[in-house]
Amino acid sequence: MSDPFLIGDRMSGGYGQGPNILHGCTLAVEKGQIAVIVGPNGAGKSTAMKAVFGMMDVREGAVRLDGEDITALSPQDRVAKGMAFVPQTNNIFTSMTVEENLEMGAFLREDDISGTMGQVYDLFPILKDKRRQAAGELSGGQRQQVAVGRALMTQPTVLMLDEPTAGVSPIVMDELFDRIIEVARTGISILMVEQNARQALEIADKGYVLVQGRNAHTGSGRELLENPEVRRTFLGGT
Amino acid sequence: MDFLNALVVLANFVLIPAVSYGSQLALGALGVTLVYGILRFSNFAHGDTMAFGAMVTILFTWAFQAFGLSIAPLPTALLALPFGIAVTAGMMLLTDRWVYQFYRRHKAKPIILVMVSLGVMFILNGVVRVIIGPGEQRFNDGARFIISAGDFKKMTGLSEGLAFRSSQGLTIVVTLISVAVLFWFLNRTRTGKSMRAYSDNEDLALLSGINPEKVVRVTWIIAAILATTAGVLYGLDKAFKPFTYFQLLLPVFAAAIVGGLGNPLGAIAGGYIIAFSEVTLTYAWKKVATYMLPDSLAPDGLAQLLSTDYKYAVSFTILVIVLIFKPYGLFRGKAV
Repeated sequence: MSDPFLIGDRMSGGYGQGPNILHGCTLAVEKGQIAVIVGPNGAGKSTAMKAVFGMMDVREGAVRLDGEDITALSPQDRVAKGMAFVPQTNNIFTSMTVEENLEMGAFLREDDISGTMGQVYDLFPILKDKRRQAAGELSGGQRQQVAVGRALMTQPTVLMLDEPTAGVSPIVMDELFDRIIEVARTGISILMVEQNARQALEIADKGYVLVQGRNAHTGSGRELLENPEVRRTFLGGT
Repeated sequence: MDFLNALVVLANFVLIPAVSYGSQLALGALGVTLVYGILRFSNFAHGDTMAFGAMVTILFTWAFQAFGLSIAPLPTALLALPFGIAVTAGMMLLTDRWVYQFYRRHKAKPIILVMVSLGVMFILNGVVRVIIGPGEQRFNDGARFIISAGDFKKMTGLSEGLAFRSSQGLTIVVTLISVAVLFWFLNRTRTGKSMRAYSDNEDLALLSGINPEKVVRVTWIIAAILATTAGVLYGLDKAFKPFTYFQLLLPVFAAAIVGGLGNPLGAIAGGYIIAFSEVTLTYAWKKVATYMLPDSLAPDGLAQLLSTDYKYAVSFTILVIVLIFKPYGLFRGKAV
């Protein structure tokens, strides 16, 4: 069986000298698909994502990108390998303009970035209108667009989003999800953590329900939404 | 006529000196604010870095003078300035390699770095005194005045003279150029933008692939350029004395904090605010008042609010007031 494009395979680990937060947790995403990590508070969702991105020590298990073992690489090196990460908070340069934010996203690139910048502006037209404005002056939803746009500037193969819809209104949330689907259609794999589990699973090709750092349920988004146990214990519906 | 005379007196004793002193403070405060924004600590060694840079420049100036090199009517020190900057930048980079880098690797708290910079300050203090001595040095040559008081009186027929010294003119011109180049660098170049990004959000800058060590190196070099330039201009305008430069630390820091630490625009505004406050509060207003007011109201005393001995108290008072009422500074920098 061939590996998925990106896989965090049976990862265990924690922060610094602390105890393990993840216990043999597996996350994977195929090329151009959307994988969503959901779970109750404190389930280790963000931690699992940080483990995949190298912001936390993976003590057991491995992270492989396109078949290559990248477990030992630093986050910066992973960026160079084509991974992009949008943190949950402080994910933009507030004092810099929207355009400068995008330029900084492409800092590692030596080639002409105007094409990629045009694609980001096509994806988020509002950013084009506001490109000379300081990013810190924008609304919550627009800031998230800047954050995603910044991450896209490296032309990544994998985009990792930590709660992209935290603190935005439901309408803006729907729009952001639409944009994320569009990004996935261009062939970029998306791995994201979401609080709004129901909506997120609806757009997910693959869903992971984590409980206490372990894989509780895994399946396609639809399967999870229809799984009675997931519905009862976690989605809170009938 | 009286009104014009009053204006001339004001320009001669308040406006011009305050603008040139303010420019020197602004250059100093820019260095402090940049180091604070990027390295996230208050660099107490900045005053002595200014002294070190000025000292190296003076040594080069003397060497050039001995060889008979001159760019009259401009002072020879201007020719020596790039050499002074190069040596000072080298010194700063070595200090970073030998001292600060260790603490950065250990993720030391800002207060520890401040104490480290205090140590660097004492060392530089000693080095400068060992090399050039604690006494006063004058190294200004070239034309002394752009307009002398006597010429001005002849030209205008006013009874008051306006002297515009070349060191003051030079200070203003050099400051304008340095500030313009600095802002161009920070806002238009890739390296400058990466510095602003690093100062704004360190973690995200790392995620974007910005190399922190390079940012730090460039910051030290710019700080060296600004400190040396400020030190040399101050020395040309007044005189070079290591202890005076150590004392300059207070108004320079006051300027940076008043403007908002980490905000370059604020540092410039802060420099002029501090300079104008110092000069206006310690100036004897008798002459201006005599020209402006009817004879019956003319003051008997000097009409001086504070003796010049208290000029440092002015920056200190402004500093305290700003910290109480606007701790982020007038231009919203980072919290102190």
